Amino acid sequence: MSVDQDTRDHETHPAVSGEGIGARVRRKEDARHLMGRGRFAGDIRMPGMSDVAFLRSPVAHARILSVTKPQGREGEVFTSADCADVADIITRSTIPGYKLSAHPPLARDKVRFVGDIVAMAYAPTRAEAEDICEATLFDYEELPAIVDCDSGRAPGAALLHEAWGDNLFLETSFDSGGIEEVARTAAVKVEKRFRTGRQCMHPMEGKGLVAWWDFQNDTLVVNTSTQVPHMIRAGLAETLGLPEAQIRIAPPDVGGGFGYKCLLQPEEVLVAWLAMTLKRPFRWIEDRREHLTAGANAREHEYVITAYADARGKLLALDAEVAVNVGAYSVWPFTACLEAAQAGGNLPGPYIWPHYRCKTFSVATNKPPFAPYRGVARPGVCFAMELTIDAVAAAVGREAVDVRAENLVPASAMPYLNITKKFYDSGDYPASLATAREMIGFDAIRARQQAGEKDGRRIGVGFSTYTEQSAHGTKVFASWGTPLVPGYEQATIRLNPDGSADVKAGIHTIGQGLETTLAQVASEILTLPIAQIRVTLGDTATTPFSTGAYASRGMVMAGGAVSKAAQKLAEKVKALAAHLMQCAAEQVRFEGGAIHGPTGSVTFSEIARAWYRTPEVLPDAVDTGGLEVTEGYKPDVDTGLFSYATHAALVAVDVKTGATEILDYVVVEDCGRMVNPMIVEGQAYGGVAQGIGTALFEESTYDSEGQPLASTLVDYLLPGPTELPKVRIAHTETLSPFSAHGIKGVGEGGAIAPAGAIVNAINDALKGLGATLCEIPATPERVLAALAEARRTTSGRSAA
Amino acid sequence: MKPAAFDLTLATSLDQALSVLAGEGTKLVSGGCSLGPMLNLRLARPAALVDLRRVSELRTLEGSATHLDIGAGWTHAEIEDGVVPDVTAGLMRRVAHGIAYRAVRNRGTIGGSIAHADPAADWISTMTVLGATLLIRGRSGTRACAMADFMLAAYTTTLGADEIITAIRVPVLSAGAKTGYHKVCRKTGEFAQAIGAVVVDAERGLVRVVAGAVEAPPLVLAGAGERLKAGDIAGARAAAQDEIEAVLAGHPEAFRALHQVAVDRAFSDAGLA
Repeated sequence: MSVDQDTRDHETHPAVSGEGIGARVRRKEDARHLMGRGRFAGDIRMPGMSDVAFLRSPVAHARILSVTKPQGREGEVFTSADCADVADIITRSTIPGYKLSAHPPLARDKVRFVGDIVAMAYAPTRAEAEDICEATLFDYEELPAIVDCDSGRAPGAALLHEAWGDNLFLETSFDSGGIEEVARTAAVKVEKRFRTGRQCMHPMEGKGLVAWWDFQNDTLVVNTSTQVPHMIRAGLAETLGLPEAQIRIAPPDVGGGFGYKCLLQPEEVLVAWLAMTLKRPFRWIEDRREHLTAGANAREHEYVITAYADARGKLLALDAEVAVNVGAYSVWPFTACLEAAQAGGNLPGPYIWPHYRCKTFSVATNKPPFAPYRGVARPGVCFAMELTIDAVAAAVGREAVDVRAENLVPASAMPYLNITKKFYDSGDYPASLATAREMIGFDAIRARQQAGEKDGRRIGVGFSTYTEQSAHGTKVFASWGTPLVPGYEQATIRLNPDGSADVKAGIHTIGQGLETTLAQVASEILTLPIAQIRVTLGDTATTPFSTGAYASRGMVMAGGAVSKAAQKLAEKVKALAAHLMQCAAEQVRFEGGAIHGPTGSVTFSEIARAWYRTPEVLPDAVDTGGLEVTEGYKPDVDTGLFSYATHAALVAVDVKTGATEILDYVVVEDCGRMVNPMIVEGQAYGGVAQGIGTALFEESTYDSEGQPLASTLVDYLLPGPTELPKVRIAHTETLSPFSAHGIKGVGEGGAIAPAGAIVNAINDALKGLGATLCEIPATPERVLAALAEARRTTSGRSAA
Repeated sequence: MKPAAFDLTLATSLDQALSVLAGEGTKLVSGGCSLGPMLNLRLARPAALVDLRRVSELRTLEGSATHLDIGAGWTHAEIEDGVVPDVTAGLMRRVAHGIAYRAVRNRGTIGGSIAHADPAADWISTMTVLGATLLIRGRSGTRACAMADFMLAAYTTTLGADEIITAIRVPVLSAGAKTGYHKVCRKTGEFAQAIGAVVVDAERGLVRVVAGAVEAPPLVLAGAGERLKAGDIAGARAAAQDEIEAVLAGHPEAFRALHQVAVDRAFSDAGLA
């Protein structure tokens, strides 16, 4: 993929001076990564460090009979009996009816998925630790495996957690009322079933950590690859029984997270326990097979949707059932029902209709625990909703892009409280669709389809419009009942004696460029060059508390906190400068990294020098708080800031092989004020790449016994550079009225829309053949099967 | 995952490699592109490995007017780049370019790929359509084996436990030769789901149509070849479809259809319309 020079500045930006908000500056963190000088968990070496390996269950559901350690190695192998002081991972929720799952980090009594940890071994090298695991005997009595939602919900199904009486973590229902009346009178009724494949997240760096005992501070130190260091500290304190003050999470560089690394992993608990117990360094580096089979599961949804519309395709009501295959245990801290809660709440997306009913089922199965993956439920609901829009359009015989436009929330309705009480703060959704339609060349594509393709393939065009609830706040998380609800975000800023600045925030950098963008926010206020602003993130020993990097909240929350802290520091600097320049504080302004008064100027280093080294020049009544400030921030609304976008895809489908090629791809996005447009574009490219994986390639398949069939990257296909189109991006900037600088979050959005746009495009390509795909990934096999089904249906009709 | 322990010999001569190979549970490794992952997954657990990458006798090129003996140790990348001269009217360079990813091509060798005999591997079908001959050495001497006779089943060949493929004898095609190759795969770099290969070199009397990646040794489509030899291109294309339908009758319809597409597109690729 490459940046399209013609379109990337589609919208003009306000004039940007220096390196503050809006500047397209290069990322501070790139040099070390490009030179291979990053420091990831796998790069850490410590004297006496041991590698840890896990013996994992080879079966999906079984009662544990015995685990026998190899003779002579008993001290290097651990079972649940050896770790009796480790508490089970239990994610409490305040939602009524939610059933708790107890996940013992080392399985006790039962194993509930292939990959559940049975025993742990350590040795000087990973290979030797694996040898010990191999020699450890696991005896079990197999139980029937539940692999899909239907069998999990069937009467008499085998139970994962016997005490529950069924396999449902949670069942919810929402009903606005009035559906029955609409059902009787609506001109059009469309009933569809959709399925989304189970996926793994695949950050470039998998999970990994080094844990050791710091005797100097009498502290457990955990260098773990995480998005949420302060939450992991809380989670480890709960499971290990140590006071939080005795735990330091010092995350190294993190090579991508996507949600997988915002969870407390059983492996993390166990390796930390080893370090706490044996007071030596231990390391575990997840390998790709472990990632594919035991962790990072996401995305598997089933939908039954009935849409009612008028004769022009204007939606009147939607009746939906969503089942989420959430696996064996709840992840900590996001619960096993975040996905279903988001699915039900976000299904309406950018559309308006008056009546809505939605039931959700969070079904426990013998698969790895379901984790919140970039976009959380929204890639699934966007896929289901966008295909529903196209189906309604087909039913009324109109262009889907027109029907879509007429169902979107109009700009004149903003701010808009939708049917599930989402507060859409600002934006012009129809405009993004209109721009995408123009950029993809919709009319020319229709003409080209008439002419046909020389190579015999069929082309099609599809659209997908979504809203991205970013930085959803305290009340939203409280309504989801999660045990760690985010509140105010803090940041610290300090002017150093030489005039440089330190910024510290408890959120962590996982590849999203926060070392640069947070420096840009501070630079916006102080006008210092970003090279003089050092951003330190994530270390619980040195940064203010933060729930971390997830939910597209970093730029809004940490950015807002840095902005407020910098403004507070600016006031202090101005007071000192006013004294030194013998003028009033109101007469002082910042420009070009210096402080200007009516008759002269001083530099930041002169101010800092006065404070730290020559305080005798300061007045007696000086603010003794100094040049170090910690400030907190929360947006003016608690319901999230809504970014949005329309994606449009042009595809070519080879009906002989079922292969789909993306010929053109357009993103028209609006995330409010862009702190660094280049980083926004990077987020869009990366998100689209993952969304293309969702749409066409990635699937964690299981057999009927719950055995994972995609255990290597031969069977789990990730899109590579040659599968990705040149993505053309256009930006608009509708500032949020409710956040600092008008910023909205953008981390997840790119991944939400591709499946809807691409599968709508495939269905557009196939429409003359009577074939429709309703399941992702849209693999060649599924395309060929849909075509074969269409042929059978057609010949059946003509025979009749 | 990491491999179980094994002994490793970095052989520098064929004689040394052959003598170590005599040991129980010993296997050869060349590029390691297939064996490496199998070792890491502990699916392959050899007691010992003999690494052939330092054996200069496997990096020879010996030719005549009619054929070129390509040492088994040349990498796909060296064939792709033309370091190994192409005598097959461009077919081998093009096939090499389409193997996996450059990182794999930099390590993987032509001999290693053929010895491994993955039915979906490109060289298996390519050497079959070219009518290549393998030169094989054991402790008791040297033998030649036609590619068509070499592979018995998926991952199963006539190669003895104590034998090493030393070179691949490839025919020199004439300037007017036409070659076509098409593979169907999910994405760049993946193993093929279906391969079609066609060579027409009237001057050399080499006319052959192959359907590969059939979970078994490649199919030489004799009927299609006969028609092609007689200059009946349309008949050859139709015959290929029928032969695939008949020979792969035990496979699902979609499987047959993909192979029919691959072979048909190989005809087009060769300019045989």
